[in-house]
Amino acid sequence: MLEIHNLSAGVGGKQILKGLDLSVRAGEVHAIMGPNGGGKSTLAQVLAGRGDYEVTSGSVTFNGASLLELKPEERARAGIFLAFQYPVEIPGVNSAVFLKAALNECRKARGEQELDAVEFLDIVKKKSKVIELDPALLNRAVNEGFSGGEKKRNEIFQMAVLEPRLAILDETDSGLDIDALKIVSSGVNKLRRPDNAALVITHYQRLLNYIVPDRVHVLVHGRIVKSGGKELALELEERGYDWIPEAAASNGKP
Amino acid sequence: METLSQTDRKPASALYFEGARGPGPAWLQTLRQNARARLEETGFPTTEQEEWRFTSVAPLLQWPLRAAEPAARGVGPADIEPYRIAGEGYCLVFVNGRFRAELSNLPGPGAPVQAGSLRAQWNGGASEWEKHLARHADCRANFFTALNTVSFEDGAFVIARANAVVEQPVQLLYLTASEQPGAVVHPRNLIVANTGGSVKVIETYASLTEAAHLTNAVTELVLGPGARVEHGRLQNENESAYHIAAVQAVQDADSRWLSHSIATGARLARNQIQTLLNARGAEAVLNGLYMARGEQLSDHHTLIDHAQPHCQSHEFYYGILSGRSHGVFNGKIFVRQDAQKTNAKQTNRNLVLSESAVINTKPQLEIYADDVKCTHGATVGQLNSEALFYLRSRGIGAALARRMLIRAFANDAVERITVAPARESLEKLLTERFERLDASLSSHE
Repeated sequence: MLEIHNLSAGVGGKQILKGLDLSVRAGEVHAIMGPNGGGKSTLAQVLAGRGDYEVTSGSVTFNGASLLELKPEERARAGIFLAFQYPVEIPGVNSAVFLKAALNECRKARGEQELDAVEFLDIVKKKSKVIELDPALLNRAVNEGFSGGEKKRNEIFQMAVLEPRLAILDETDSGLDIDALKIVSSGVNKLRRPDNAALVITHYQRLLNYIVPDRVHVLVHGRIVKSGGKELALELEERGYDWIPEAAASNGKP
Repeated sequence: METLSQTDRKPASALYFEGARGPGPAWLQTLRQNARARLEETGFPTTEQEEWRFTSVAPLLQWPLRAAEPAARGVGPADIEPYRIAGEGYCLVFVNGRFRAELSNLPGPGAPVQAGSLRAQWNGGASEWEKHLARHADCRANFFTALNTVSFEDGAFVIARANAVVEQPVQLLYLTASEQPGAVVHPRNLIVANTGGSVKVIETYASLTEAAHLTNAVTELVLGPGARVEHGRLQNENESAYHIAAVQAVQDADSRWLSHSIATGARLARNQIQTLLNARGAEAVLNGLYMARGEQLSDHHTLIDHAQPHCQSHEFYYGILSGRSHGVFNGKIFVRQDAQKTNAKQTNRNLVLSESAVINTKPQLEIYADDVKCTHGATVGQLNSEALFYLRSRGIGAALARRMLIRAFANDAVERITVAPARESLEKLLTERFERLDASLSSHE
């Protein structure tokens, strides 16, 4: 589904990703772990199409089509979804209006009928139950005045409504207490299907107790330096990153 | 803009000072005469004057100016329909400055509000508005106000009886229809809310033709003790027009004035919005939204005069500028020595959508009392790129995402309008306007 080859990218002249390779198949959940500054969030932003980031080399194909030429909205319509680490507050833009417009754009791209207000509300009702999100939040401006937990939950709620093929969760666990973490994780799990996939970026193994990955990758200094099964996450939790030669070298430690 | 004939020019003085004395009874003629003396003292504004520094009205002197023909082309109900705010409200229609009774819908004699044409009544002996008309707007400081007083041929009065709560809004609809450039109209309005009275008045200014024309409007508002007035100006004249407006409110104790100035039209728009908080407990809310594109210039000069203690003012002005347009905001707040416990807050926010658009914003606070709370803030910014990316990352196209954010920027100004049909027609206008904005922005992708 997602094939990344030798991807290099940076922002403001600073190279952050340095020849990254990654392959994700339909039905899989991949976790990306690694120390701060390794490039985890940059990878997420580059995949979503953030203009501030410049791709200097490499390729990304998504379901066989080249992704990097596409605008952010075209990627979203093709089925890429980024759950932001820091969802932005957008005063004056009503959540429901925004999400209905987004869903209808995605449906149009999939060749499906656009939904009217009643049909949309029906979906909202169902999906907000899955995420245990108060649907009253949809009457407010996008993320405005939401608590940290509400913002994260709202990201997963949007994901549930938009039904992407590839979900990228950028540190969705940060700032969540254990109850919220469970709700968000169970929401993500309920949305798993054989024809979609998820890239879970996280700092902590904790999340992976709830969203069990098929593969775990360690991203250090812009490259995947180690990959393994779900047990790799546990090992990282116990031993940190320093036992991985590339990570240790970068820290200036033996 | 229409090409203006270079050969048909008249010297400004000939037009203003000799040819354009408006009609009326003796008491009005006295006022006109006084105003005329002020005209000559003040002189035509130039950019040398601080108040007119960014706004040159000099091109007017090149126009083939003339009083708008009173009987324009046949303007019927179908022509005014698009400009009428929907609903059951009253509407006074003026075409080329003249009241058109057959197109209007006036309150009956028993209604809690009286409204009508000034001209139709000024020969009918002493009226309630005689003591207010042309007594409040300052002819000394403003050439165009004096010019209006000298020249106005008609206008509207709206008077809410004491303790009357007028539910239906009163619309004053001023349409200009002239095929030839240079038509001039001087609308004059007087709005009075007597003790405890409450009324909502919406002035709408629009052009039925594309020729350049000048509107020079003056509105005086008198709020008695405890009165409530919501007053909106929706100005969407054609983009060759010059629109000059002066609004002066005078507020008695515990009165509340909610003012809206929504300026989207005209090549050049100059709006002077002023209130005098003249007794304890008066409150003014000044809400403004100006949108300029292409070569438009949109200028607001506001003045809130805190003359007495325990008064409040809240001012919110928002500007959206694109193309090579120019916005001017000058917000003056006087707090006089007696005006202790004043609470004054001013905000001016500007969204600049192109490299060549310009905004000049200036707060001007003059505070002579010591126990007061006064704050002001001005911002100039672009669309938030993070918000734009967020919307696009959900599948919303760049053009629609921008539109949503621009609309969001204007949202607070729109929401402050409590007259639902006026708000809805403004929303429609903004939607159309933002759609057309895309064409000029798409080059930025």
